[in-house]
Amino acid sequence: MQNNPQLNANGELRHLLSIEGLPRDVLAGILDTAASFVGVTEREVKKVPLLRGKSVFNLFFEPSTRTRTTFEIAAKRLSADVINLNVAASSQTKGESLLDTVSNLSAMQADLFVVRHGSSGAPYLIAQHVKPHEHVINAGDGRHAHPTQGLLDLYTIRHYKQDFGALRVAIVGDILHSRVARSLIHGLTTLGTPEVRVIGPQTLLPAGVEALGVKVFNDMQEGLRGTDVVVMLRLQNERMRGSLLPSAQEFFKHYGLTAQKLALAKPDAIVMHPGPMNRGVEIDSTVADGPHSVILPQVTFGIAVRMAVMSIVAGN
Amino acid sequence: MNRLPDAEKLCAQLAAELKPVVKPSTAMIGLYTGGVWLAERLHADLGIAEPLGTMDIAFYRDDYHQQGLARDPKRTQIPFAVEGRDLLLVDDVLYTGRTVRAAMNELFDYGRPASISLVVLADRGGRELPICAQYCGCTIEVAKGMRLRLLRDERGKLKLELQHAE
Repeated sequence: MQNNPQLNANGELRHLLSIEGLPRDVLAGILDTAASFVGVTEREVKKVPLLRGKSVFNLFFEPSTRTRTTFEIAAKRLSADVINLNVAASSQTKGESLLDTVSNLSAMQADLFVVRHGSSGAPYLIAQHVKPHEHVINAGDGRHAHPTQGLLDLYTIRHYKQDFGALRVAIVGDILHSRVARSLIHGLTTLGTPEVRVIGPQTLLPAGVEALGVKVFNDMQEGLRGTDVVVMLRLQNERMRGSLLPSAQEFFKHYGLTAQKLALAKPDAIVMHPGPMNRGVEIDSTVADGPHSVILPQVTFGIAVRMAVMSIVAGN
Repeated sequence: MNRLPDAEKLCAQLAAELKPVVKPSTAMIGLYTGGVWLAERLHADLGIAEPLGTMDIAFYRDDYHQQGLARDPKRTQIPFAVEGRDLLLVDDVLYTGRTVRAAMNELFDYGRPASISLVVLADRGGRELPICAQYCGCTIEVAKGMRLRLLRDERGKLKLELQHAE
């Protein structure tokens, strides 16, 4: 247990840095707890007193609207005080180091850091240096991991499909730059999903992706056949370096999800997307707004999942 | 005290005691886990019109900062409007009173009931808060290191059990 920086001496979750390496019972425990928080978010008073008197610092070194907002809502529903720092626009530009920023916030009596950073591993560095009562949640680091997005994807799949034991899940698009895909693949395999497929052009698949236990398809039609869950990824324009793709239109033609292509999946297949969506690039509007889409429920579940993660780590 | 009272008899006795107090405005909530078992029984015996509510107080516990979050909290489900209701709050064993305090806090996040009465199968003493039960099956002296709890077997029979606390 000592070598997993996310767990305390009793094997309990102290920081959430990555889904990779989390034991199955810890993962399932988060999803079960999130289910109870969904009940709270459906009430008139959507607040519980668990984190009363605690300070949550949202530390975003990279821009984000949805993730930061849902973390903020989650923390407020747990009665914590929330401080949002748009670090890109402040200390960092003045030359302060990451650990100095964190030490200063720690001196302001932080209890929980929610960190998004462009460099893979930044949340690990912070977790290694925080005080025993402080906790770190990774809200996305570089191309590495986005564990709460992975968890909310898992929660959504479990909500609609109950059991992972018989599912065929396809993840489509820009796998190479996607921390969402990595986190979800680790979660799906840990929870016993028999078949996880990744679909995309060779230039957008990381080398050796098969080692994660997935089946690789370059042909979308072939890859979608008989799937229960289709996860579309955003084509990360801002991360594109050089000429990995001829054009967005060309991408849509081959890898955009249309009603026609979706018809190859199972009739009760669900369609997911972590957002923000590029309509007409990776997904057609008729699918995004269609009966198979669970894209908006994903956002709602995301709040309950983040409430679960925060209340579990802050208590350990 | 060698023998514990028969939980089935206590349950029947509580139902008889509660029968005259049930009104159209009455609703019942059981607290996980033992309280839900008892409440299911009483709810059926008393023929209460509103469906039974169930509550897990994990998000309202006062020892979260020492113990952390309980594993696998159940979802609280209150399928009726709490506002203006005369509530019967049901638990198996009344001890420190902290569970009842947490349950009342959670309840008020659903609305303002007209009244809350506490129904328990057994009161084992040892109160740490100013709380008492309005309807109590029995009073048992239990030593501090022991745990008194309700069990339910596969045929649904209820039974009190005494064990060493972990």
